[in-house]
Amino acid sequence: MMRLPKFRYYAPTTVREALRIRAGEGPDAAYVAGGTDLYPNMKRRQQTPKVVIGLSRVRALGRLRVGESGASIGAAVTLSAIETHRRMRRAYPALVHAIEEISTPPLRNMGTLGGNLLLDTRCNYYDQNYEWRQAIDFCMKKDGVICWVAPGSPKCLAVQSADSVPILIALSARAVLASPEGEREVPVEDLYANDGIHYLTKRPDELLTEIRVPKSEGWRTAYRKLRRRGSFDFPVLSVGVAVRLEGERVAEARIVLGAVASAPVRATRAEAILAGSSFDMAAITEAAQAAAQPSKPMDNTDFSFLWRKEMTARWVSQALRGAASKGSLRKP
Amino acid sequence: MKTRVVGRPYTKVDGAAKVTGQTKFADDVMLPRMLHCKLLRSKIAHAKIRSIDVSKALAAPGVVAIATGKDLPTPFGILPVSQDEHALCTDRVRFVGDPVAAVAAVDEDAAFDALDLIAVDYEPLPPVGSIDDGLAPAATPIHDYGDQANIHKLVSMEFGDTEQGFARADRVYEDLFFYEGNTHLPLEQHAAVADFGPDGKLTLWSSTQTPHYVHRALAKVLEMPPAKIRVIATPNGGGFGGKSDPFNHEIVVAHLSRVTGRPVKICLTREEVFYCHRGRHPTLMKVRTGVKKDGAITAMHFQTVLDGGGYGSYGVASTYYTGALQTVTYKVPTYRFDGARVFTNKPPCGPKRGHGTPQPRFALEVQLDKIACDLAIDPAEIRRRHLHPANTLTANFLRVGSIGLGACIDKVVAASGWKKRRGKLPPGRGLGIACSSYLCGAGLPIYWNTMPQSGVQLKLDRGGGVTVFCGSTDIGQGSDSILASIVAEVLGIDPFDIRIVTGDTDLTPVDLGSYSSRVTLMTGNAAIQAAERAKEMLVATAAKKLEIPPEAVGFAGGRVFDVANPERDMSFAEAVVLAESRYGTLGTVGSYSPPPSAGRYRGAGVGPSPAYSYSAAVVEVEVDPETGILTIPKIWIAHDVGKCINPALVMGQVEGSVYMGLGEAVMEEMAYRTDANANVVHKFPSMLEYKSPTTKEMPEVETYLVEDPDANGPFGAKEVGQGPLLPIPPAVANAVFDAVGVRVDEVPVTPEKVLRALKAKAQGQPARFGPTRFPSVPYPAPIHVLTPAEGGDGKAVDAAVTGAGGVR
Repeated sequence: MMRLPKFRYYAPTTVREALRIRAGEGPDAAYVAGGTDLYPNMKRRQQTPKVVIGLSRVRALGRLRVGESGASIGAAVTLSAIETHRRMRRAYPALVHAIEEISTPPLRNMGTLGGNLLLDTRCNYYDQNYEWRQAIDFCMKKDGVICWVAPGSPKCLAVQSADSVPILIALSARAVLASPEGEREVPVEDLYANDGIHYLTKRPDELLTEIRVPKSEGWRTAYRKLRRRGSFDFPVLSVGVAVRLEGERVAEARIVLGAVASAPVRATRAEAILAGSSFDMAAITEAAQAAAQPSKPMDNTDFSFLWRKEMTARWVSQALRGAASKGSLRKP
Repeated sequence: MKTRVVGRPYTKVDGAAKVTGQTKFADDVMLPRMLHCKLLRSKIAHAKIRSIDVSKALAAPGVVAIATGKDLPTPFGILPVSQDEHALCTDRVRFVGDPVAAVAAVDEDAAFDALDLIAVDYEPLPPVGSIDDGLAPAATPIHDYGDQANIHKLVSMEFGDTEQGFARADRVYEDLFFYEGNTHLPLEQHAAVADFGPDGKLTLWSSTQTPHYVHRALAKVLEMPPAKIRVIATPNGGGFGGKSDPFNHEIVVAHLSRVTGRPVKICLTREEVFYCHRGRHPTLMKVRTGVKKDGAITAMHFQTVLDGGGYGSYGVASTYYTGALQTVTYKVPTYRFDGARVFTNKPPCGPKRGHGTPQPRFALEVQLDKIACDLAIDPAEIRRRHLHPANTLTANFLRVGSIGLGACIDKVVAASGWKKRRGKLPPGRGLGIACSSYLCGAGLPIYWNTMPQSGVQLKLDRGGGVTVFCGSTDIGQGSDSILASIVAEVLGIDPFDIRIVTGDTDLTPVDLGSYSSRVTLMTGNAAIQAAERAKEMLVATAAKKLEIPPEAVGFAGGRVFDVANPERDMSFAEAVVLAESRYGTLGTVGSYSPPPSAGRYRGAGVGPSPAYSYSAAVVEVEVDPETGILTIPKIWIAHDVGKCINPALVMGQVEGSVYMGLGEAVMEEMAYRTDANANVVHKFPSMLEYKSPTTKEMPEVETYLVEDPDANGPFGAKEVGQGPLLPIPPAVANAVFDAVGVRVDEVPVTPEKVLRALKAKAQGQPARFGPTRFPSVPYPAPIHVLTPAEGGDGKAVDAAVTGAGGVR
């Protein structure tokens, strides 16, 4: 079977203790919550931390509160806990739907929302075991210097693959980052950079502690994921949308594409087309066509990348239509 | 004949252990002082090995022994004609994943760490990555045997005069098809434990379908007498053909146990299972068929090229299989088959459920659909017009016994509403039909011999227990349960009172293994013979005791009684005591050999079988014309099984076959990367990225079982483990045509391909996606065989090429 390399494991019980250990151990230490991304990567030697700091005993990270002003979700709350939470289901149906689309039920029992936000970027040349990567010569993301997806590319093209991210951005969620220096809050949208290796703006010494989701009253939301099968697979294209109407007109639209770049992509031109429209089929169709333009998938996931790009308009249209239908509106 | 056990849905004899997690698989075998083995595998697709330096690895902590190719120089291979494998590569590596060295260490971590310390000096050779590459001339062919360069095998045979057949035709159709390679994906990875005892005897536990062939390979490579080797086939977590070769890792752990004096275990990772492979050959096909206006076939010329991967495996047989069964399903009066297999630098292909017949099945069933549409004949009807009568000899001398295909077609046509719906559903929805046939065991064994293919021994205990010994391996299909049902039926006892001992070369008589759907028919017949012989003795002494004639003795419910006055009886145990008192210790034997086949031409050894099963399936699809995505809401399938020994097991096999056929039809592919650094590497050797359907993709399946007992089957039973897979891929493709009017002439039928075909259609081009060229293959001149209808005797008429058939 595949074996984990040897490492030292800590199990702190407070955020302060976790930060202290990390500061002491340095950059060779990795945090782990559910481990559904880190441990398989370690077995394949894609990630090789010598020290692992487990967060499952930090009670503060496991709290989930939904109230009038929004939701506060601890970074180590499991995906199953969120998808079965009655208030979460009522308040954020599209977010819960996105979470239900992640992987498989047993993995959602261990996987956490924070882990999903910080999910490693993925690529067919990188998500392989050590010997396989040796056979093709290592790539720039791990142990090599070249990008095999596009050998002329100066940067890594690994793909943003977390299902919760597009819809969290559409919902204007914010992330709380703790460090020895203190705490800061950033929009989830600002957490990411379009580089397959340096895909997070979070500093390595920062710990994601909480995700804050504003109240979604008045927002029509939806998440649509494209993948080969009905379970297990990562997205090869995903769309998170949130649309706020004032009367009959769209006051604000947020359309976020996932799995088409190393970071989530805002389809700003599509958003502009929707703004001021009556959110009818004509506007939706035009917006969906416009959203295809910033969708530039590369050949490093399942399915032909040309076909994935062709599907963008259709998937955006489906998401917008889903948002337009009655069921997506939060019940007061 | 009325039966009490046979035909009833009993639970499996090993079911309780499996669902409670108590079954001991190969990886569960734990022995004191056991070492763990890991294999160093080639990272280059094609290279000479200049040298291997294991000194650093030997010195690493926890490492006890290391082996390389020079320690095991004797080659092996499942087929006598292609013994081209070494347990560890000696001078050449032939695909990424080919094993080069083996480490035995105190634990897996130590073994894994040591692999990195082994230095192999390779001299790279140009890799061969495709069928076209395999057909090209080669400065350094992958093997130094075969037909020419990298062409492993070429065959060509003609039955009757196809030229004349084509001349008589009103229309001639020619089509190209491609069937991508795919793999078995068993849940249980290969694992083996070897223990070389102080008495110089070797025991090997292994997850295998064919302990007898493993036994032979071990004896050969280890240069040990077979009597000193015991192979135990552990309970199996899925084989499907992927565990029917003797494997490198089995031989290596045996060798390491011998040199270390300690038990050695290996459990392959999922990626390594992809490298073992032995799965579906990617096959390019060209089919030319002549028909009369009413659709009747007058001639067929079938050509195939198989991408064989780095070694022979069962490949020569696979090649013949791509040409064998076309004539068994339909009346084909004149038939020509040309087949070719090439070596490439990829994991070797071999037998996967259907073994070489799903590919031609796809081609034949889709072409028939095209012909039916062109002639405005209903696709179900055109098949009905081609049915053989029972007990027919085909043009290539295969004997069709019972044939329930007509009933199968009728069932799925009626159940699916075919007549009202096919061609009339709203755009985007369609129905497709396809049929198939499959063997119930290959008529010839893998290595030539005149001994039985299957043996059963029975032991009757004076306490009433019965023990059945048989070399068969239960790979999940329920062969152990079948043995219990059959013996229970003959002796009138409860199947759960029977002890089944199988798959142990020391304890059980030889059965060739679980492949080619041979087990129910062959072990079943052997078991009936053994049980009848036991019954004879019981009858003789019971009749005497009850003072009735022998024919009046009845067996049922664990009792033996006077049929005319059932209250005059005794228990089964009492009957055994009587017999043992008279005859001494009781034990009987039964064996089975298939009847000789009628073909006498070279290649006639592949195709014959004691019986053939038949299936018909209708698939309903929904195609989204904007995306090409297809969903399959429902499948109707009818299978002619002859007789259900256990209908629950039969249903399971039908549905499992449908599932596997579906995976091949819509998403599975063994794809290889040849970009990157020009190495030939499997694109995604993992269960996450190699796409196989989940329960979410599984449609509703309506199954019909047709029972038309075959004279050669035990209680009339035929196979069910492979046949129902075959019609699914072509029925899916045919349904797509009915739904959106485009042909995808290759498998898997993916959204991208459907969309490309739809775009072509919209632009006025041929509404098709599929291969557009067939390479030039140096097929030899065909051997000519007169058909039975022409008065042929089964021999080739060519003076230069005669002699007994068979794959030697």
